[in-house]
Amino acid sequence: MSQEFPIIGKIPLADWIDSGLDWLTDKFALVTRAISRFMGDGVDVVVGALTYPPPWVAILGFMALAWLLAGRRVAIGTGLGLALLWNLQLWVATMETLTLVLFATAVAVAIAMPIGILGGLSERAHRVMTPVLDFMQTMPAFVYLIPAVPFFGLGPVAAMFATVIFSMPPAIRLTTLGIRQVPAELVEAADAFGATRRQKLFKVQLPLAVPTIMAGINQTIMLALSMVVIAAMIGAGGLGGEVWRAIQRLQSGMGFEAGIAIVILAMILDRVTQKIGRGRKQAKKS
Amino acid sequence: MHRIRVRNLTKVFGDRPDEGLKQLREGVSPEEIHEKLGLTVGLNDVSFDVDEGEILVVMGLSGSGKSTLIRCVNRLIEPTAGSIEVDGEDIVGFSDEKLFELRRRKFGMVFQNFALLPNRSIVENAAFGLEIQGMDKDKREAEARRALELVGLKGWEDAYPNQLSGGMQQRVGLARALAVDPDILLMDEAFSALDPLIRRDMQNELVDLQARMKKTILFITHDLDEALKLGDRIVLMKAGGVVQIGTPEEILSNPASRYVQRFVEDVDKTQVLTAGAIMGKARVVAFESDGPRTALHKMQEESLYSLFVTSRDFRVKGVVWADDCAAAIKRGDKDLTGILDTEFSTVREDAPIAELITLLADSRIPVAVVDENDKLLGTVVKSNVLSALAETQDVDVLPEHPGQDDAVASESASPEEGETAAAGEQVKGGQSS
Repeated sequence: MSQEFPIIGKIPLADWIDSGLDWLTDKFALVTRAISRFMGDGVDVVVGALTYPPPWVAILGFMALAWLLAGRRVAIGTGLGLALLWNLQLWVATMETLTLVLFATAVAVAIAMPIGILGGLSERAHRVMTPVLDFMQTMPAFVYLIPAVPFFGLGPVAAMFATVIFSMPPAIRLTTLGIRQVPAELVEAADAFGATRRQKLFKVQLPLAVPTIMAGINQTIMLALSMVVIAAMIGAGGLGGEVWRAIQRLQSGMGFEAGIAIVILAMILDRVTQKIGRGRKQAKKS
Repeated sequence: MHRIRVRNLTKVFGDRPDEGLKQLREGVSPEEIHEKLGLTVGLNDVSFDVDEGEILVVMGLSGSGKSTLIRCVNRLIEPTAGSIEVDGEDIVGFSDEKLFELRRRKFGMVFQNFALLPNRSIVENAAFGLEIQGMDKDKREAEARRALELVGLKGWEDAYPNQLSGGMQQRVGLARALAVDPDILLMDEAFSALDPLIRRDMQNELVDLQARMKKTILFITHDLDEALKLGDRIVLMKAGGVVQIGTPEEILSNPASRYVQRFVEDVDKTQVLTAGAIMGKARVVAFESDGPRTALHKMQEESLYSLFVTSRDFRVKGVVWADDCAAAIKRGDKDLTGILDTEFSTVREDAPIAELITLLADSRIPVAVVDENDKLLGTVVKSNVLSALAETQDVDVLPEHPGQDDAVASESASPEEGETAAAGEQVKGGQSS
């Protein structure tokens, strides 16, 4: 049985994409490599700062931060979890992964907020965005790794690039949703009192969308964390690197150790960011 | 002086409003336009004025266009045609900047569902309009506190909207509108979402506040009782058009069409009709200086068995009865002081009939209607009240043949028949409050 499509044959989709990406790489390599170097340095600096003090000092610091943001229970959990990671000798890898996740999330949110707000305010933008976001989210994450390397070179920045693309959609979607969910009558009230578009956005729509936006950021962090193992394939290092090495050597125990470390990190990040979103709401109600 | 002057205001909703407008002007009916073009005529050639310091109530059922109308007045909805003058300036052509300025300085708006920001404290909500104007935090919150005190919410400044009852939330809405010290208050079904008892409180409070502030108020409602209670004048709307404009009395006593009449017949007249409207003119009184013989003579001439006694300048002093007069004549009294019955009631012209009914129920003496100087204007006896109330019955037994007038003909054929009945229910609901 022939696989040949009648008359026109196979559409050279792969060739098109390749030449498109080649063109992009060719034109923007200077820029992307500069970004890569800059971000790479940033990651190094932060990882260096986090691993510079003895782990127990850093753990106390994280506990204080968790206490401040999310209360006592989360702070205790954070302390226990991180102590275990230290004990398993995964401290440096954990800090690398944490840095990567936070950098990726920061970039993703910085891009997602304006796009999400645009989608919330403009029906047309929303219609254009929806299929693009579907594409970004359903395209297997591995695929992003392939062009990431020519753009940024092997290493954590290429991993971050793939992570950003994969984890950004929920932040955009939930920002859009948060703004669209603001009751029309509140927007109308702002209009009736003579609010400009900017006043409406910053005094009514964004403040009321905050809990939803925080839920989106939480999702972004979780997705970014789920990318770290995949990103390890192009040299991201960190806990993902540990898992990747365990896979290659078929060492289940080592794989699980690193896997558990990722779970603990995920739980800490999840609880803290959830409490930020909810904590704000409670403060409003009290 | 007219604060707001609306002329030939028309709003067509849909994607080809100009086409709808053209057909409307060619005399095509809104129903037909909806069917053929899929456009909805929200307002059809509406004209009216709002005078300085008056409460103008726009009254109509849902779908009558009253919400569209109030939103056109501050251009939350863009009118398709017509003019809206606010203090002599046609605001339809205003640029965005002028429009923001107009809304900030001239208008305060109160909404049916309060529209308070849940993430802000009460004082921050009340200060919202001033914040939009760009006032400093300290100054605007001081103003907001003053406005909150005015509506009776002192002490609640730091609470949040979800801690307040509906009535209190709407007070915040009112305070927010008053805080900007607007010339014109736009109130969109402001009390419709409240419990009947609370609603009545708020109505009374608005009347009180208005007596002090003398704002110009455009008030939207679907509740005729509310319209009659608050309105200096009422604009009755149906299907995007104006059916009748008039004072509450004019609308009640002289409904312009069967449509208006259907509303009116369900109104609780004991709340609306006043002593002044139903009183009998005091054709004859006895003066203090009259003797019993004169008084009795006056009664006999008018076939009365009691008579109000007044001073020469018609201040009410009391009542005399025919049999007492007869007895006094027998005793040889020279004046009426011995038989003057001072246990009578007086009411002012604007007292509702409901008040009279209680007074009349436990006394056989007519009630004196007096002006602010105690001068006698007229009297009310039971029969006055009964006949006024009976007019309601007259309306009920009116024969309902189609073609009686155009309004009736179109109405009994239209599906809105059911809607009108529903309005009757609403009006009744309002009454039971």
